[in-house]
Order: sequence, then C-alpha cells, then structure tokens
Amino acid sequence: MASGSSIGVGGLFTNAEVTTSGRPVLRRNEVECFLLSSVDFDSDDDPPRFTALKSGNLILTTHRLIWIPSQSNGAVPSSIPLAAVTHIFSHKKSIKSMFHSPRIRFQADPGSVVVTIVFRGKGDFDGFLTKFWECWRGRAWDEEDKSEAETSRSGGSATVAQGLYGNDGTVRMVGLAGILRKEQEQWESTDKSLQDAFQDLNALMSKAKEMVSLAEKMRQKLLSAPSSQNSSTDDEEMGSKEEMQQWMLSVGIISPVTKESAGALYHQELSRQLADFVRIPLEQAGGMISLTDMYYHFNRARGTELISPDDLWQACTLWEKFDVPVMLRKFDSGVMVIQNKSHSDEEVMSRIRMLVTKTETLRAGVTASDAALTVKIAPAMAKEHLLTAETKGLLCRDMSPDGLRFYFNLFPEMDLTNLHIVKDFGTYGEWVKATSILSV
Amino acid sequence: MQKLADFKLPQFFNYPPYFTLQPVRDTREKQIQLWKELILDYCKSQKIFLIGVEEDFPLFSNSAIDRSLSHEAKETFLSAIVGEGRAEWLDKGHRKCLILWHRIQDWADIILQFVRDNGLEDSVMTVEEIRSGTESHGTELQGIDRTILMRALKLLENKGKLALFKGTSADDEGVKFSV
Repeated sequence: MASGSSIGVGGLFTNAEVTTSGRPVLRRNEVECFLLSSVDFDSDDDPPRFTALKSGNLILTTHRLIWIPSQSNGAVPSSIPLAAVTHIFSHKKSIKSMFHSPRIRFQADPGSVVVTIVFRGKGDFDGFLTKFWECWRGRAWDEEDKSEAETSRSGGSATVAQGLYGNDGTVRMVGLAGILRKEQEQWESTDKSLQDAFQDLNALMSKAKEMVSLAEKMRQKLLSAPSSQNSSTDDEEMGSKEEMQQWMLSVGIISPVTKESAGALYHQELSRQLADFVRIPLEQAGGMISLTDMYYHFNRARGTELISPDDLWQACTLWEKFDVPVMLRKFDSGVMVIQNKSHSDEEVMSRIRMLVTKTETLRAGVTASDAALTVKIAPAMAKEHLLTAETKGLLCRDMSPDGLRFYFNLFPEMDLTNLHIVKDFGTYGEWVKATSILSV
Repeated sequence: MQKLADFKLPQFFNYPPYFTLQPVRDTREKQIQLWKELILDYCKSQKIFLIGVEEDFPLFSNSAIDRSLSHEAKETFLSAIVGEGRAEWLDKGHRKCLILWHRIQDWADIILQFVRDNGLEDSVMTVEEIRSGTESHGTELQGIDRTILMRALKLLENKGKLALFKGTSADDEGVKFSV
C-alpha cells in the first residue's frame, strides 16, 4: 500500500489511488460496499487534529473508507483503513438529529483520533451505517494478512526449513502436496464457516417461523376484535389491543388491521421530514397545495429513493398524531390537499365574498380561473374553494354552455310572499343596480 | 323589468343561477319555492292550465340572459308543485302537467258562487256553457280547462250539489244544479 503524506497528524489518512476517471483503485479482494455523496470528514476535537475533508464521495469497501473530493479543490483522495478503526460510536436518533445532517463518529489510530463523518447528501444513511459495522466487523483484511503472512513466512523460511513442516510448526505449503494441502485447508475452513453461518441461519429461520405464526395470530385477533366488540368494550380490552399493536410495531411488523395504527417507523420518519419540507412549497402556493403537486415536489427534491404515492399519503395521515403546523384535508369531491392549519376556511371565504360582491362579479359571476387569478391559487384549488363556498350558501352556481360560473347567493334575500320586492339594503339591490346598467 | 305578454316578471328572472338547478339543499329549496310561486302566478294571470314539459314554455327561458331550464330542472320544479297539491301529472312519463293555480276545491267554490250570483240554483246548463256562456264572461270560469271543470263538477256532484248527465252528443254534457 502506498503510504503518502497525510493531512495533519501523522498518518491518519492515506492517499488513495484513483484512476483517471476518478474511480478508486481497489486492492486485491477489496470490494466496494457502499457509495454516498456529499460527505465530509470532520475532526471531532477542538482544535481539530486534522484538516477536514469537505464535500466528497464516500466509498465504503470491505477494507477501507475512501473519500474522493467531488470538486477539484485541491483536496486529495484519501482513505482510512478499516483496520485502523478502533471504535464506532453508537448513533442515537433524537429530535435534534432529525434536523441535522446525519453523522457517524468513530475512533481511529494512529492517535485515537475521533472522526466525524457528516452526510450532507440524500443517501441511505442507515444502510451505510449497517454496512460500515458489517465491514468493520468482517475484518476482511485479517484473512489476507494471515495468508500474506503465511506466504511471506513460507517464502522467507524456504531456505531454512526442510520437509513439510515450517519453522513455527505449521504445515509448509510446498510442492504439489503443498498445493493440495492448501486447497484442502481452505476448503475445510470455508466449510466450517459455512456451517457456522447455516447454524445461525437455521436458528434464525426457526425463529422467523415462530414469529410469522405469532404475527398471524395477533393479526387474526386484532381483526376479529373490532367486529365482535360492541359498545360494551371496556377500556381494558382496548388497552391490550393497543399494546399488541405497539409491540408488533416495535418488532417491525406493520399492522394492517386498524386505522389507529401509528404506522411503521419508516412512515413516522418520512412524516416528519415531509412536514418540514412542505413548508416552502406551501407558502409559494398560497397556503394550500394538492397532494399530487406535493408528490411531485417532494420526489423531485429527493432525486433518488423516491417515495410512492401511498407512502406520501401515509406520511400525511400521520401528521394528526404529531404536532405539526400542516394538515391533510379531503374535499367532498375526493381531492386531497395539504394546507397550513392556520389557513382557515373563514379567511378564504372572506376573500371570495369580497371578490363576488364587486359590481362586475355581481353581475357576471366568477369562474374558477377568475377566482384563481384574484385569490392567487391554482385553478383546481380555486374550484374547491368555490364549491365549499357554495356548500356554505355563500355562492350559487350558473351552468351554461359557456361553463360553470358562481354568483353571490341572492336566493336568501328573495321574498316568497312578494316576488317583486327588492329590499333597499342587501346585495340583491346591489345586483339589480349592477345589472340595470346594462339592461335596455 | 321585462314582461312576458302582460305579465310583469320579477327581478330575479334575470339572475342566471335562477335557471340552474342548485345542488345545495337549502339554496335549492328556496329556488323551488320561487319557481312555484312564479309558475302559479304566471299561469293564473295568463289562464294557463297545462304545461307540456317538452314544449317551449315562455317562462322557462330568458333570452335576455341566454338561459333556459334543463329538462331535469323543469321536472323538479313541476314535481315540487305537484307535491304541494297545486298541480297534477297527467301521464306517467311526466310530460304533461295540469296546473291548479286554484285548487279543485277552490274551483268548486267558484262554481257555487257563480251559480248563486246568476240565480242558477235549480237550473240546467251544459258544461260548455259554464266555461264559455255569456254568464261566465269576465269571470274566472271563462275558458277554464275542461278537465279541471269536470273534476270540480264531480266533486260537487259527490257533495250532492249537482247532477251530471250526458247530453245528445259528447260535447254537451249537462249539469243540473241543486244548490
């Protein structure tokens, strides 16, 4: 391995060889495991024990952490061998950590330097963390060192040792017998490790079977519970039902049974993220945005790891369980929108009322597009607002070959006992004035 | 305000939503009531007894604002009037509607009054005479719809106020009053 100049205190980072197109050169048996972009390496100490590496691609291999700068800002591709990592700090999720870029801290030699990896990109941080642990524990470099040592040992002592046995008592790998012997040993060790693995796997499988049947029982119980219970359901029953759901959730089983399910952890996480994200598009759209528009915005921002429409919807429905300033709302027509909780119906109604009581609109009514222009919302939203106003009795509709228009609802002001009366006060009178301007 | 013949139309006749069947319940209720009043008023003033849903009825459209009632709207409004006993459907297909801007009972009372006013308590008349004879000129009975008249007369017959009998031809059924 080439050892080159390090950044900062002696030898923490090693220069990593890259190809002309910027791909890292991997050692023999080294396998790439994970790739993330927009990653920084920061020193956890103050003053920092090494110069921070900012904004690069992080490649986790079975042997190393490789960092490649994404811009040619003078930084050099660097790596830390996993063998040098002495400790990986556990990652605690907290409310605070939701809002910051995720980070992993680990300790490495030489010098027991604590390094923080900051993930500013949008990759699968959790997946990376898992892989990091796996690779670190996997100690792929050990086998190699061992075999290297053996090779060097056998190479070095070739002149000294005689016969089949080497200086340290291990079987020497020489000649045909040596080759066969080596293969045999390799096969045996593989076999053993496979057996171990299968032991674990068998144990896992049997547990899994148990889990599945348990889950099924739970599911059946939860399914049957609501229908068989009537109003005499006591609190205890309901309590244990919720407990069961919580337990199932904690084991990672998503309960498909009842709507009160708090949702898998994934959805909770997504829900919070979404609530944050939603703020800006919502402002731009005037306080209300359709679910489909939000789906587009959110996925566009994510870039990769797109979420499905169902995930989005689930995330939104979870909002009512958290204290977030946004809510999901479904109109009678079935259209679903996200709106600020502060975006009250009253406010929109008053804007519409102001619009339709103007002389011109009294006379000619408004279409959804007219309303959209004045009230400054998307035409689809405008129509929903107009329909809501109609339901509330503020507006009434006029359907003609020209399309659908809405007028201020004058019907309440009309007198059934005398059809010709028009009161002096009231909008009916205003309307008569407005129309008489044009009548012959 | 506009007129249809000599009938003065109310202001709201020019209100476009008036010609669209309203979906919102409360609004629709009001609209139905307004149309009921208007239809009855108009029919009374013009002595119209029958409305054909598929025919052009002047009240059902307003060329000034380029609006007219849909078939569904017409049916809805007329059915509402039927429901309140001020009209009757003459056919199952709801194509012809008899408008009772006077109820049958009211017509019966009018006939009785007519009889008294003209001293016809014990006399005989043809049905046709009641609706077009000289005595009826200038009265409400002039030009009354035959169906309605017959119904009113039958009502009175049941009460024993008169007797109906067939004349020599189908045209002149006769009435013997015994008021």
